Amino acid sequence: MSPQPVSTLKGFAVTFRQILKKPITTQYPEERRPLYPRFRGRHRLWTHANGLEKCVGCSLCAAACPADCIRVVAAENTPENRVSAGERYARIYEINMSRCIFCGYCELACPFDAITLGNEYELSEHNRDDQIYTKDMLLAEPMKKTPIADPAIFDTPIPYYRSDS
Amino acid sequence: MEPWWISLIKAGIIVNLVMVAFAYLTWLERKGLGRLQNRYGPNRAGPFGLLQPIADLVKLVRKEAFAPSSAIDLPYILAPVISMFTALAAFSVIPWGSGWKIYHWQVTGEVVNVPISLLLIFALGSIGIYGFIVGGWASESKFSLLGSMRTCAQLVSYEVSLALSVLGVVILGRSLSLVDIVHRQGVTLPFVIPQFVGLLVFFFAGIAETSRAPFDLPEAEQELVAGYHTEYSGMRWGLFQTAEYINLITLSGLMVTLFFSGWHGPWNLGPIWFVLKLLGVLFAFIWLRATLPRLRYDQLMRFGWKVLLPVATLNALVTAIIVAAT
Repeated sequence: MSPQPVSTLKGFAVTFRQILKKPITTQYPEERRPLYPRFRGRHRLWTHANGLEKCVGCSLCAAACPADCIRVVAAENTPENRVSAGERYARIYEINMSRCIFCGYCELACPFDAITLGNEYELSEHNRDDQIYTKDMLLAEPMKKTPIADPAIFDTPIPYYRSDS
Repeated sequence: MEPWWISLIKAGIIVNLVMVAFAYLTWLERKGLGRLQNRYGPNRAGPFGLLQPIADLVKLVRKEAFAPSSAIDLPYILAPVISMFTALAAFSVIPWGSGWKIYHWQVTGEVVNVPISLLLIFALGSIGIYGFIVGGWASESKFSLLGSMRTCAQLVSYEVSLALSVLGVVILGRSLSLVDIVHRQGVTLPFVIPQFVGLLVFFFAGIAETSRAPFDLPEAEQELVAGYHTEYSGMRWGLFQTAEYINLITLSGLMVTLFFSGWHGPWNLGPIWFVLKLLGVLFAFIWLRATLPRLRYDQLMRFGWKVLLPVATLNALVTAIIVAAT
């Protein structure tokens, strides 16, 4: 330990040295840091390879949701109108993103791996009504805005729901 | 003697120049602080964030100036105006050039040459404190009142050392007029050499007087958020901030004038030297803010009364004895 005035002057040298360095700030909208692969963001509803929806409208996700942001209204599949692989399908499937806390309980509760949490986190809107995601929006491929880090550098197996079913 | 309307024009120019200097001092401070702390600072509004002060102004003017319903109207509205007025008025006596002959009028390099200009600056500074205490009191909020007490205790304590620290300069310059002091430094040498102790005391007292880090207890933005101006918002709050920054510019200008021979310098560049020296002093203030943590209140008071004041008194005494002996 050097005496107080000397260490204070050293402090001035430390701050002055920073001017010569390049700032470390990530300039966010232009530069994006890669996300951790298991980051929990915007939800995604999945379909089978033959085009049928995985969701059977059982409402277990809505029951598991601690924020009560999922609304499911089920309807019967008919031979003329077959939407899902099960007996029933979700006629209405809505997630209120302004209430969602992104805990991931819905994907844990789902018996058919129909809903998962993706990586998108830029979900801001000008209007609260726009925060309610309908089934069409959840089924659609989300716009890829953020890069995701290579899963190989983490101890993360490829999720089983990403494999073909 | 120049006609009164020349002084009026000069006053108009200087007020506007000081306001622009204030606006870009905020930019310089944010940018400088950013680079000293290894980040960018404002860089979104315009190239290098140069339009940031204008954006801030538009934001502040458009913002609602909310006033507590229990506030005492007249002093509440007047307090920021007082601070702002005294801050702007104090700059008028600081000389920034030798004077020019324009057409057939001799134009001096300051708005007015008052024979007691140094005293005038300190008097205006003391009146400026009224803005802070009245603002805190008229807000009719306990936190504002406590904040204004804190501010005033600090400003009054350090004003003593500030005034005493320039006594040596006054003795050496044999005048209270800043114009004469600058001329004296031009023919002898900058008073920073014989009055280095005075400069140090003036610098430390000046930091406290403009309530900047490490003596920024009046505001203490990290833990107390704000002092006397807790209940102010919009441009009323903006006026307090403006006053604070203009006080900083005035104090730096005073420091340049008293210790670094003002506008004197090689090649007779006049105002350019003044501005360059001013920027140097301002950078020292910013650098200090980026480096040092805030003092505790008792440390602040102890430093002011037990260190600065005796040193300032001794410095004035020793200077007086040496000048009298030679």
